[in-house]
Amino acid sequence: MKDVEMKMLERAKALLGSGEVARVIGWKKGEFYFDPVPASFESVEELSDFVYNGFCGANLSKYLIQMSKKEGKTAIFLKPCDSYSFNQLVKEHRIVRENIHVIAIECQGKLDIEKIKAQGVSAVTEVEEDGDTVKVSSLYGETTLNKEDILLVKCATCKSKTHQAKDEEIVLHEMPESKNNRFDEVEKLEAMTETERFAFWKLQLQKCIRCNACRNVCPACSCIKCVFDNPASGIAAKANDSEFEEKLFHIIRAFHVAGRCTDCGECSRVCPQNIPLHLLNRKFIKDIDGLYGEYQAGETAEGKTPLTSYTEGDKEPNDVVDGEAK
Amino acid sequence: MQRIGVFICWCGSNIAATVDVERVAEIMKSEPGVVYSANYQYMCSENGQQLIKQAIKEHNLTGIVVGACSPRMHEATFRKAAEAAGLNPYMVEIANIREHCSWIHKDMEEATEKAVVLVRTAIAKVKLNAPLTAGESPVVKRALVIGGGIAGIQAALDIADAGFEVDIVEKNATIGGRMAQLDKTFPTLDCSACILTPKMVDCAQHEKIDILSYSEIEDVKGFVGNFSVTIRKKARYVDETKCTGCKICMEKCPSKKGLNTFNMGLNTRPAIHIPFAQAIPNVAVIDPEQCIKLKTGKCGICQKFCGVGAIDYEQKDTFIERQYGAIVVATGFKPISLESFNEYGYDDNKDVITSLELERLMNAAGPTNGVLLRPSDGEHPKVITFIQCVGSRDTSGCGKPYCSKVCCMYTAKHAMLIREKYPDTEVHVFYIDVRTPGKNYDEFFRRAVEQYGVDYIKGMVGKVYNENGKLMVQGSNLIDNEQVTIESDLVVLAAAIEPEPSVRKIATLLTASIDTNNFLTESHAKLRPVESPTAGVYLAGMCQGPKDIPETVSQASACAAKVIGLLVKDKLKTNPCVATPDEMMCNGCSQCANVCAYGAITYIDKEFRLGGGKTEVRRVASVNPAVCQGCGACTVTCPSGAMDLKGFSSKQIMSEVEAICKK
Repeated sequence: MKDVEMKMLERAKALLGSGEVARVIGWKKGEFYFDPVPASFESVEELSDFVYNGFCGANLSKYLIQMSKKEGKTAIFLKPCDSYSFNQLVKEHRIVRENIHVIAIECQGKLDIEKIKAQGVSAVTEVEEDGDTVKVSSLYGETTLNKEDILLVKCATCKSKTHQAKDEEIVLHEMPESKNNRFDEVEKLEAMTETERFAFWKLQLQKCIRCNACRNVCPACSCIKCVFDNPASGIAAKANDSEFEEKLFHIIRAFHVAGRCTDCGECSRVCPQNIPLHLLNRKFIKDIDGLYGEYQAGETAEGKTPLTSYTEGDKEPNDVVDGEAK
Repeated sequence: MQRIGVFICWCGSNIAATVDVERVAEIMKSEPGVVYSANYQYMCSENGQQLIKQAIKEHNLTGIVVGACSPRMHEATFRKAAEAAGLNPYMVEIANIREHCSWIHKDMEEATEKAVVLVRTAIAKVKLNAPLTAGESPVVKRALVIGGGIAGIQAALDIADAGFEVDIVEKNATIGGRMAQLDKTFPTLDCSACILTPKMVDCAQHEKIDILSYSEIEDVKGFVGNFSVTIRKKARYVDETKCTGCKICMEKCPSKKGLNTFNMGLNTRPAIHIPFAQAIPNVAVIDPEQCIKLKTGKCGICQKFCGVGAIDYEQKDTFIERQYGAIVVATGFKPISLESFNEYGYDDNKDVITSLELERLMNAAGPTNGVLLRPSDGEHPKVITFIQCVGSRDTSGCGKPYCSKVCCMYTAKHAMLIREKYPDTEVHVFYIDVRTPGKNYDEFFRRAVEQYGVDYIKGMVGKVYNENGKLMVQGSNLIDNEQVTIESDLVVLAAAIEPEPSVRKIATLLTASIDTNNFLTESHAKLRPVESPTAGVYLAGMCQGPKDIPETVSQASACAAKVIGLLVKDKLKTNPCVATPDEMMCNGCSQCANVCAYGAITYIDKEFRLGGGKTEVRRVASVNPAVCQGCGACTVTCPSGAMDLKGFSSKQIMSEVEAICKK
């Protein structure tokens, strides 16, 4: 991974140095090794903080909504899954493709610090990935962990290792194939009875503290003014006045991003309460696939989307019984 | 301050028998914002309207609520009344306390309580209404007729005779439709082709009619007065402008084994063919599934022999886009598939045929040149048994629940014609009921029984099976209360009719509603029988329901009258309840434009002030109010809630919901 980081830094310096781009969006060192933060670098000097390691799970594409409107070109590092969000944003005219230089970068799956902590390792100072295992160095010594046990949820169920948009590529090693297992958890939910399912979501959603992190990080949540922040929408106040508030918030949000959600998994990654929010979206994705044929939002930046276009083969409402297509 | 007037209608006893109208009116007097409340026997009457007008003037009403029947009945009436009294017509709301209340409830207490809620809901809405003004849109003075059977032909001729351009789009290679396949027509027994073909010729010769044969509707956009239709002209591999209809290609074509669909598959035809002698246009068409040249690249015989060089194997489907003011749907019918009716042995016995096949067998231009010979061995059938209601009036789920309406008459016709031509033939008819309403229809049926000696047996057939080359028809005779088995040479099934399946796609493209049997729905079963609920779309013939030729022709002419009434207008009033985006909220994501069925939404780049002297150019939605039909699809699609509908704003709807939920 070190060589990938070196190569990325080299390219970032070259692009900024030559004036080809006005800024580069990447990650900079955080307070600790395991908390790199998204950053915009506007000069070669600023790049001294640049970092790319196993904890760079953040999807950077949403920053382009603001950045691509600025003077000059913006370069951005996108992992395969981030490139789907990027395409979706282009499709919805939220970002200006011509102003962006996409550098497609290698991803071996990103790590979840909480899971590492759960394995009993704290104060992580560095990690070294080696195939299926990860050597974790901490203030207290070295431990080797199974990579699969410490991947972010979104990476453990990675949907694709193919970049859907790129102007150049930095891929130095082979990337592991995706496992196509992202609907397993949804199927478990589907197998529950209605009462069990309701109990499951009630338990999960009551943890919500309405910090809005899921919404703010979501690339599909790109409204100028969210309905939940808009008193005129008549929803904001309603959501606030009952114990059902959190459920309403998350269900409405899932509906708003239905058909547009690329399943980047950021909502669950950023949730401080560890609510598996991505499962709501995945249920929608699975249903859309079942009802209207396989569709992956963000695979392309053009074309029709199943929920906003009509085809003759579309299911009629009465073809859908108990949530399943007849 | 709003000054609302409430008017509760009794609708005679329609409402007043179940809803305590006086109490409703009394309760409304104390509703906030209501300054006047009254009830009256017939609010829609001249006196009722006068009451409304007077109240508007005397009490300076700013909005009114009429608690009455469905807005589909009298909304226009009350809007006009309000307008006459100087109130904007869009400041009128209807609370439907008849269809939604009195007609579906029995208990007066409950119904009255519900009526109060419904009227309160309308009050909540009207308080948020804003005056609206209708715009105008021009009318394209051209009509489209979909389907070139007798319904389409008649409608087109009548519209064209009034001086308007008409296009007939027919999916087959020739116009004429089902009627061209019929032999004789009841109750006069005149030859179907003899009365149809002159009308086909009239169409071809009419300078205002353009026949687009072998063509299908690909896409429809727009709305009444301004439809934009994409038509797919399917490749017929023959240049229509060159082909003279000489038929030399048909003679020379080596691939002669295609089923002749015009003759219901009873004989064969060449790959290149003209469907029948009087086809219009009289132009050949190549069946690409059957043509050796198109399948293998080797042959090309028809091209060699064609004297005018009309054959073009390279021809591709072409698309034309045309504008229309009105659309007539006349897509017709087909007999149902008999695969769920194994008991009649249709698939297993060549001599079990459908009535439409019998038409071809009796027709002089048919496969047997009009001599009635049975398909299996070409012998004259001596005993013929007809079975009526095959799949009609069927509640088992295999067939259709409705009566196909024409079968009783055509079966009587067939029986009579056979007895007339072949008096030594024995004819039996199994029937459930004989239904012959219509001018000279029952007389016709009685002639079959009384003069021609046709044996009518009341009862259903359980089974048809082959025994030693004879078709055994086993059924019950309900009059004599016995089981009968009739040894027959030919069995004719009066198969139920159903709408031509392509109508589903057309209905979808036109957003015209369709019933559970795939018949197009009329706007009002009694009072607007030829209009679809979709403005500018009219229904003629079997696509709307089972009917015979005279009814079809009447309905087609009625459609034409409606179309002419529309096309003579230069401008139509548009609906002012259109969508408008809140540009401050719109992020230009294009979802609304994707769902807009009318193409009313475009995007513009607009400069917005950000404060501090800064500006930003953003892409925002823009609605063309002349094109928007106010369907509201965009408003529910917009995740930001930036799109709203005038007259049906989200705020209004929410306030209605609140009024209903409030205890």
